[in-house]
Amino acid sequence: MKIEKILLVGNPNVGKSAIFSRLTGAKVIISNYPGTTVEFTQGKIKLDNDDVMVIDVPGTYTLEPTCKAEDVACRMLQEGGLVINVVDATNLERNLSLTLQLLERDVPVIAALNMWDDTKHRGINIDVKKLEERLGIPVVATCGLTGEGIKELINRLLEARALKLPVCPDGQRWEKIGRIVEEVQKLTHRHHTLLEILEDLSIKPVTGLPIAIGIVYCAFWIIRFIGESLIGHFFEPLFARLWLPLMMKLSTFLGEGSFLHHLLIGNLIGGSIDFGQSFGVLTTGFFVPIGMVLPYIFSFYLMLGILEDFGYLPRLAVLVDNLMHHLGLHGYAIIPFILGLGCNVPGALATRVLEERREKFIAATLMAIAIPCMAQIAMIVGLVGQRGGGYVAIVFLTLFVLLVLKGLILNRVLKGTSPEILVEIPPYRIPQVQAVVKKLWMRVSGFLGEALPFVLLGVFFVNILHMLKIIDFFAYIFTPVLTGLWGLPKEAISALVVGFLRKDVAVGMLGPLNLTTKQLVIGSTILAVYFPCIATFVVLIRELGLKDMLKVTLIMMVVALSVGTILNLILS
Amino acid sequence: MNEIKIDLTQLQPGENGIIIELQGGHGFIRKLQSLGVRPGKRITKVSSHFWRGPQTVEVDNIQIAVGFGMARRILVEVKR
Repeated sequence: MKIEKILLVGNPNVGKSAIFSRLTGAKVIISNYPGTTVEFTQGKIKLDNDDVMVIDVPGTYTLEPTCKAEDVACRMLQEGGLVINVVDATNLERNLSLTLQLLERDVPVIAALNMWDDTKHRGINIDVKKLEERLGIPVVATCGLTGEGIKELINRLLEARALKLPVCPDGQRWEKIGRIVEEVQKLTHRHHTLLEILEDLSIKPVTGLPIAIGIVYCAFWIIRFIGESLIGHFFEPLFARLWLPLMMKLSTFLGEGSFLHHLLIGNLIGGSIDFGQSFGVLTTGFFVPIGMVLPYIFSFYLMLGILEDFGYLPRLAVLVDNLMHHLGLHGYAIIPFILGLGCNVPGALATRVLEERREKFIAATLMAIAIPCMAQIAMIVGLVGQRGGGYVAIVFLTLFVLLVLKGLILNRVLKGTSPEILVEIPPYRIPQVQAVVKKLWMRVSGFLGEALPFVLLGVFFVNILHMLKIIDFFAYIFTPVLTGLWGLPKEAISALVVGFLRKDVAVGMLGPLNLTTKQLVIGSTILAVYFPCIATFVVLIRELGLKDMLKVTLIMMVVALSVGTILNLILS
Repeated sequence: MNEIKIDLTQLQPGENGIIIELQGGHGFIRKLQSLGVRPGKRITKVSSHFWRGPQTVEVDNIQIAVGFGMARRILVEVKR
């Protein structure tokens, strides 16, 4: 038999992605909560000198899809291939339901009994040989995180069998599973571990809410501390001592006023380069993403990675469930929001964990308007923060009020009600340093690989538009809105134009305009609200459909117009 | 001690009972079953959140959060 492709199929949060990354060496995001993988990921493995495609399928409880992520899983299965059914050894009974459903299909299946290392200290004893006999397919005990059993899994792939069992109703299937589990699994009593006591404390409302506030507060300060330290002690000196002299030489060489000087170096401020204001591709174009944004991206994703792997996020989701219902969402929507704080693109993708169209629409709209990404946050903190921390607070408070108001309104206006939460809460696991570092590296290099070219392109683009006087034309058209409603100078139009490409550069462009503090606050808020960046926009079109996305866009314009005007009236 | 039939929201934190009935549509029941919530199973209430918030329960060592309205459609038998 020749294997054409391998599908990793299993319940959510059983470690499919960990096994996928072991099999293929491909880098994928692995976290401790259901729904990390919402889109299939492909990789390759070498078997007998042949490249075989491996697909990491989003987790599913049944082969009858109940949400979009599960729908993806079921469609993948129809295309055929060899299935590695990843089974959580600590939840055998429940996981076997999917296994038996797979065995009813005409696909060869092999089972990986994953999280094997966890069974020992949980007092679970599984007879693998017997399970293999009872199921009629090969079963291999594995541990995706450490790599235990992966070799055996690969060696036995060809033993995978398609049983094509007769399809039986749910009730009978569960009876069958009950009998199998009784035969192969023994449970021994054990005491509550410290982690389990912590699990209980953080899910009970009386203790859980203070813990949640504490964790969010600490996370915020740690992110800030690491971000600021990196900037102050590393990136600023780096740019000032190494990059600046180099750029000054280039500036002299090109000659101020020349076309290339304008493009690469930008304007000299008081005879020297100002990385925040010169706006050349090589000066501000590099400084914004690396010197200002990268440190915060690093610290945010470090903190997020630890919380994700620990398994905290689903608990937070349960605790905020009540509040989220007022916004037309249920608690699990906090996960796209939190991911959106890093970058709106993965946030938009994560709305797939939400079941209904109405919910997805609300979540996407709220995120696109009121959740600024870390790149934007870093720039707002860097730029508005120079005028005082209180002004930064005004920007974020405005965004938060917008989030709540818009949620309340959408929940009233849109037909239907918010569905209820029904979600598995994974056990706490101590994050492994190696796994956290790997995930952090993937996300940071992802930022550099995807954002840096866009930033440079953005700066390049705006310089060209300036030289061709196209910006002046836009400025002329939009002056009534910019100056009349928002109280901004007409030059701010260039920031709005670049904001379609990258929000961080756009905020940065407010810097050289010599704005008053009030104008700066209004400008930064509008940049966050009026439109998501193009990358997020494209993903949202795919997720929501063109029609819904047009509605979202319309809402964004109305919100931007009114928020800018209101701030202009209120602030003094 | 009598055996009484109540719904999941009426179960006290720390108390446990046997699931006897799931009420609702096919999709709802199927989803619950695949999470391990099935008639005949012992279910323990872990916590219940304020203002008709989600109920957290434990079945077979797995914790699950169930919305209040859903929890009312899960009937259990307890000894009191």
